[in-house]
Formats: sequence, C-alpha cells, structure tokens
Amino acid sequence: MTAQPRPARFLAAGDTALVIEFGDQVDRAVNDRVIALSGAIAAARIPGVVELVPTFRSLMVHYDPLRVSHDELEAAVVPLLGAAGSVRHRERFFTLPVSYGGEHGPDLAEVAERTGQAPADVIRLHTAEVYHVYALGFLPGYPYMGDGPEALSLPRRATPRLRVPMGSVSIAFRQVGIYPLESPAGWHLLGRTPVRLFDPRRENAVLFAPGDKVRFEPISAETYDRLAEDAAAGRLDLRPSGEAA
Amino acid sequence: MSAAALRVIQPGLHTTIQDLGRVGFQHLGIPVSGALDPIALRAANVVVGNPQDTAGLEIAVMGPVLEIEAESTRVAVAGLGSRLVIEAADGAHRDIPPLQSARLARGDRIRIMAASNSAVTYLAIEGGLAVQPFLGSLSTYVRGGFGGMDGRALLAGDRLPLAAETVDSRAEMQLAGFDLAPASEARVILGPQDDYFEPDAIENLTGTPYAVSREADRMGIRLEGEPLPHSKGYNIVSDGIAPGSIQVPGSRLPIILLADRQTVGGYPKIASIISADLAAIGRLLPGMSLRFRIVTIAEAQTARRQLEQAMASLAARLIAVRPDGPDLDRLYDSNLISGVIDGASDPVLPD
Repeated sequence: MTAQPRPARFLAAGDTALVIEFGDQVDRAVNDRVIALSGAIAAARIPGVVELVPTFRSLMVHYDPLRVSHDELEAAVVPLLGAAGSVRHRERFFTLPVSYGGEHGPDLAEVAERTGQAPADVIRLHTAEVYHVYALGFLPGYPYMGDGPEALSLPRRATPRLRVPMGSVSIAFRQVGIYPLESPAGWHLLGRTPVRLFDPRRENAVLFAPGDKVRFEPISAETYDRLAEDAAAGRLDLRPSGEAA
Repeated sequence: MSAAALRVIQPGLHTTIQDLGRVGFQHLGIPVSGALDPIALRAANVVVGNPQDTAGLEIAVMGPVLEIEAESTRVAVAGLGSRLVIEAADGAHRDIPPLQSARLARGDRIRIMAASNSAVTYLAIEGGLAVQPFLGSLSTYVRGGFGGMDGRALLAGDRLPLAAETVDSRAEMQLAGFDLAPASEARVILGPQDDYFEPDAIENLTGTPYAVSREADRMGIRLEGEPLPHSKGYNIVSDGIAPGSIQVPGSRLPIILLADRQTVGGYPKIASIISADLAAIGRLLPGMSLRFRIVTIAEAQTARRQLEQAMASLAARLIAVRPDGPDLDRLYDSNLISGVIDGASDPVLPD
C-alpha cells in the first residue's frame, strides 16, 4: 500500500519564481510527479514561463513578472496537476562504463569492509541496479541518482575530500553522484567513469536530464585509460541505448 | 571576422565578460551567472547605443588597462565612483566620468578606475564583443570554466575581439542623475521555507541591520548580525534556488545568493530579495550595512514594473556632451586657462 499523495503546495521564491512542492523527502513517486508536471507545463506553453527546474520533491518555475503574475501562473498550473499524476515522459536509458576500485575508487575497500561485503560483491550490487536521475544540480551536469541497494547504504564520510577528480562515482546513503568537474566531495568514491557528464565542447554539453535511467558497467583500468584519452580529445560521447521499461 | 580588438595590458583583479545571464539550463545544473549589477551594465550599454543585454566587462576592485586595436571604438563605464582614464596615443590624458561615452582611436589606452563605493564596475563597448556564446550567453562562469574568455577572468595579453571595426563620429552622451548606490535596505518576500524558522528569526531578520562580511563573491554574500534560529534543523532535501534567495545554514547567519549561485541547494531559505532590489545588492562591499523589509508579491511586481519602465526610457534621458568639452578640459589641465570656469571637472560646460 502506498500512502495517498500529498496535495501540492504553492510557495513563493521571491517575485520571479514559483515552487510547486509535492513532498519533503527523497521519494520516487514524488519525483515522478515533479518531472511529469515539468513536462506538462512545458507543453502548455504558459506565457511568461522562463525555465523549469525539477528537483527531488518540488518544481521551481522561474517566470518573468512583467508577463505573468504569481497568481496568474498558479492559476495556470493548477489544472495541470492532475496530468502530473498520469503523464509518463519518454525515458532515456544509458549504460555508463566505470572502473571500480584502485586509484579510481579509493573507498571501495572501506565500503566493502564497513558493509561486510567482499569488494567484488560491492561492485556486483552497485551494477545490479537501474538508477533514476532525480535532478541535476550542485555542479553543471551533476546527477542526483538513486536508489542504490540498502546493503551499501552508508552515511557521508566524516571528513570530506577537498578535491576529487572529474568522473568520480560516489555513494552516500542510497544516493549516487558523479562529479562532472573536479570538486570537493564528502561521499564514498567507488570508481571513475571516463565519460564526461559535462563537456562544453559537445553539442549536448550536459549528458543526463532529470528522469533518465542509468546502469553502471564495470570496465578495466586499461579500458578506462583508453576511453579517457578519447574523452579528452572530445571523441567520446554516450548515446542512450534505448527506452527504459 | 573583424580584426578589431581590445588588447589586455593589465587584467585587473577579477575582470570577466558578463551579459544578463545564461537562462534556460538550470534544470541541467548550469547556473545563470550574468552581471551582479545588471542595472549598471544595462545603463552603460544605453550610453554607447547598445541593446541593454549586450555583454560587457564586469570589473571588481581593481580595473584593467586595455589598448584599442581597432580604427575606433566607443565605451562607457558604470559604477559609483568609477572613472575612465584615457591615455591617448599622442600622450594626452582625459578623464571620463561614469555613464558618459567616449570615442577612442587605435593605440589609445584606457585605464578603468574601479568603483570606490560599489563592488562592481562595468565597461560597455559599442557593438559589443565578438566572442562565441556558450548556451546562448557570453557570461563567464569561472567555477565551471565556461563562457566569456575561455571560462576565466581576463589575463594580460588577451585579445578581446570587437564586433565593430569602427564607430560613427557623433556627439558623446551622458546619463545624469542615475542612481548606482549599493542597497541600504532591501525588500524581501518571505519563503519558501519561512516555516523552518522560529518566530524570533523573522523578527531578527527585519528588526536589526546586517553587515556584509568579507565572504562575498559572485555566488553570494554572507551577512553578519542577529542569528536566525531554525525550528526543524537546517537540512532540507535540496530544492530550487531563486535569484536573491536568503539561505540560512547551520551558522544561523543569512547568505544572499547571487548570479553564480547553485541551481539547487539543501539549506532552508527564509526569504528572497525582490527582483527590483537585487542589482543594488550586487553592489554591496564588505562592511556595508543592510536592512530587510517584508513586502507582498504584488508590491514586488509593481516595483519591478516601475523599474522596467524607468529602464525602457533611459535612451530618452541621454544628454549630449558638448564636443569641445574634452578639449577645454585638456587646456585647463595644461594651465593655458585657469579659474575661468567654475566646476571645471563637470564635463557639461555651461553655455
């Protein structure tokens, strides 16, 4: 039994953004409503809507207050809330190569030890899931993904690292994040992907979009090196492999 | 491809190319960026005859020295207490006040004296820069390494390509009485997470002034003053961040989020600065004082309409600078005449 969905709340974020909030927790059903409403508002072409930013549990609608007022926008969104429960958007499915452990995943051994698994089982568990991109943020192209297996759930590291390399695949609790740029990071690093999640030289500068589905595929450190060279030269792009079920 | 350019002789402390921002990609985690003080950039553009959204240079603390590598160009600076010093190829010096245009010739050098009473100064260039946009904008986002000049602040030796090889000879223009003062009071709308705070927090926010700390940059400014106590902890599941959002982390002190803010964040936001007051927030320097006053969304939207009406009529407020003005100034400087004209520093000479 799932709980009855909570009614949407309309909140003001200043005079140029409206928040439509469906919940206050990380929850797939809530996020599906957010992404569906984003699609419905985009399709409705409401005058004055400037951008739509889906997050885990709410949609931020940035608007031009010279073209539409907060109240007018709210009135235009209300009839679309129903659609948000039923509309399914086209899902894209990606398989992302990851080199696990060693210098690419310096926390693999510790995660294995703390969760009582063999390192190979950590990789097996991590690659067995299909992950959902809840939202992007924190850095250009940074995907907030979930949900990882309960067996690998750990709190954040006690001491964050000041810099981790681009492409690091990290976990905390049941979430997965991949750093598109070198960045400070407080999560556990399992591996590294040679694919650039953000590359301004590419036509699709950002690889993932909210709602995408992603699976990880283990590759060797040698394969990583080869693909990383291609990525550096701008020759590596990842295309969606098909529609998710 | 125009060969016209501005050559960077000295880059200044942190000079970046900015326009009004990279809109439409926040859902991919790409911040909007753009001018911290869009009103100043827009006004400077009007003075040189550009569309208001043309990209210019944003200058912080110490301005650059640039050399003109074009037949001619026209520029203007904006920023409270800023100034343009022209070192002409023939050795003559001219001082141009903010919001006044000046035509420059090949070999002239300009030294931009950054605003003394504002965090940012802008240089607008007639015709704009011939720099490749990224995702529709020339704005530089240094943290992500994209936009503007290779995604970074200017360096000595850079060549900023100009869209126009030359500009018309015409009367120079001045925009008088235009307010570029930093905010001393900002109007806010409560929310979206005002229900994450104790009632005291709302009273503290509006009851006492806050001081701008030294931690102030293009991402945001951290304020010092009365703490704003949370009622349900200081972690929320990340949600969207609007321009001017006031987030309150575990320190219980407010941070105003500005142009380079992240697109989503996980701290409760007690209130947001209204859009009409945001440019004057971008001008704040460490140590300055700021009060908050709560208004309704309807009041905020009226204020924004009034601001945009004023901005739409800026071109009609331009006054021609007498063409002999600069020459007389030069004579005055070299003591050929003296004491004849009161207020000789005023570029508009009395008839």
